[in-house]
Amino acid sequence: MDNLMNVTVTVNGTPYERAVEPRLLLSDFLRHELGLTGTHVGCEHGVCGTCTILFDGQAVRSCLMFAIQADGHEVLTVEGLGSVDKLHPLQQAFRDAHALQCAFCTPGFLMTLVPFLEEKPNPTEEEIREAIAGNLCRCTGYQNIVEAVKLAAERMGA
Amino acid sequence: MKPAPFKYYAPTTAEEALAHLAEHGYDAKVLAGGQSLIPTMNFRLAQPSVLVDLNHVSELFYIKPGGDGGVLVGAMTRESQVEHDPLIAERAPLVFEAMPHIAHPQIRNRGTFGGCIAHADPAAELPAVSVALDARLRIRSQAGERWVSADEFFVGFFTTVIEPDELLVEIALPPMAPRSGCSFQEVARRHGDYALVGAAASVALDHQGRCQRVRLVFLSVGEGPVEAGRAADLLQGQFPTPEAIRAAAETAASADVDPGSDIHASADYRRHLVKILARQSLTQAFDRAKGIGG
Repeated sequence: MDNLMNVTVTVNGTPYERAVEPRLLLSDFLRHELGLTGTHVGCEHGVCGTCTILFDGQAVRSCLMFAIQADGHEVLTVEGLGSVDKLHPLQQAFRDAHALQCAFCTPGFLMTLVPFLEEKPNPTEEEIREAIAGNLCRCTGYQNIVEAVKLAAERMGA
Repeated sequence: MKPAPFKYYAPTTAEEALAHLAEHGYDAKVLAGGQSLIPTMNFRLAQPSVLVDLNHVSELFYIKPGGDGGVLVGAMTRESQVEHDPLIAERAPLVFEAMPHIAHPQIRNRGTFGGCIAHADPAAELPAVSVALDARLRIRSQAGERWVSADEFFVGFFTTVIEPDELLVEIALPPMAPRSGCSFQEVARRHGDYALVGAAASVALDHQGRCQRVRLVFLSVGEGPVEAGRAADLLQGQFPTPEAIRAAAETAASADVDPGSDIHASADYRRHLVKILARQSLTQAFDRAKGIGG
C-alpha cells in the first residue's frame, strides 16, 4: 500500500480527507472508506447504473471514476437525498408507486432521476424511459418505476 | 474487478501531459473521461503502469467557432456539453444529431469528445461522424503538432495514427456547404446500447440538384468506421432520386461492407440493416440538402 495520495472530497455536505491508492474506484471509496453503503456496486463496468451518484450535480457512474479524481469536488449519494423521516419526493413516489422490489438498483435510479427531473420537470413517458435506459432493474419490469417518476413530477410541480 | 496498481499523474497543461507521455511511452495511458478505459482496467484487460489524467488540463475543454465557419472542439470537452451546445447545433448538425445516441446520460456527463474519437471503438458514433464530415484532428507531441484528416486517422480495430508520445488535442469540424444536408441513424436493441449498425450520411448538391459530394459511413460493421465508397460513387453527379438512393443502398450492403456475426446480430442481419439505414439516412440527408424536412 505505498503510492498513497490524498483526496479531499465533500460528500453529502461533509468534507472528508483520506489517503488512498490511485486505483481505488470512487464507488469503493464511498462504501469502504466512508461507510456510505447506499451506493451499490453491480457490474463495475458501467452497464448496470446502480453505482450512479451526483458528481458536482451531474449523474455519473462512480465505478468509472477513481476516488482521487473526486479531489476538490462535491459528491451527493443516496444518503444525502432524504432521510427515513423525510424522504425526498422521488423516494416517496417510488414507495407509493411500488417502484422497487429487491431495491438493489433503487439508489442508482434515484440519483439518475433527480437531475433528470430538475432538467425536465414535466417529462413524457418516452423521455422517462430514455432517462432510465442506463439503469438495470431485474424485478419491476420498469412499469412502476415509470409510474413513480410521473407521480414525483406531478407532486414536485404542484 | 479492481484495476491493477498504476502511477497517477494529473498534469494541468498539455505541455506537462506530453512530457509524461514522452517519458513513459507505451507504459502510459491517457485518461480522458474514462468511460471506456476504466471498464477495461476494472476487467484488467488493460493494465497501464502509468495514467496521465487530462481532467485538469483546462486548455482542452472548449467549443468555439472556427475561422472557416466550422467549429473547433477541445478534445476534453464532455459529450454532454457538446450534446447541448447551440454552436454545435447550428454548425455541426450531424454531430448534434448523433450525440444522444452515445451510451447514456451518466456516461456522456464524463465521456469526452476527443476520448471517444481516440479510443476508436468500431461501434462508436463519433469516429463514423468525424469521417462523414471530413473532420480534421490536431495531434500534439513535444516535437510539435500535426493535422490528420479523420479518414486517415482510423487505421484499424481500436487503433489510430496517434503515437504513444502524442495527444489528440482538438477536432475541427468543417462548415456546412450550401445545399448540404446530413443524417445520423442507428439501430440498437435498447436506447444507449451499442448500435447493431449505425449510419452517418453527409451530402451536398450542385446548382442543378445533382450530387456533388456524398459521404456515407457505417459503424459496427467492421474494424473501424467503414466508408461506403462504391455507393457514393454511384450517386456522384446523379440526381438523388428514390431509385438512385435505393441502388446506392443495395451497393453499400453488398459491396461496401463485410460485417461480422456476434451474439447480438448475424452478419446477414447487419447487412440488411446497412441497406435500410443507408436508404433512410441518404434520403433524409438529401431532403435536408434540398431544404425539405427538419
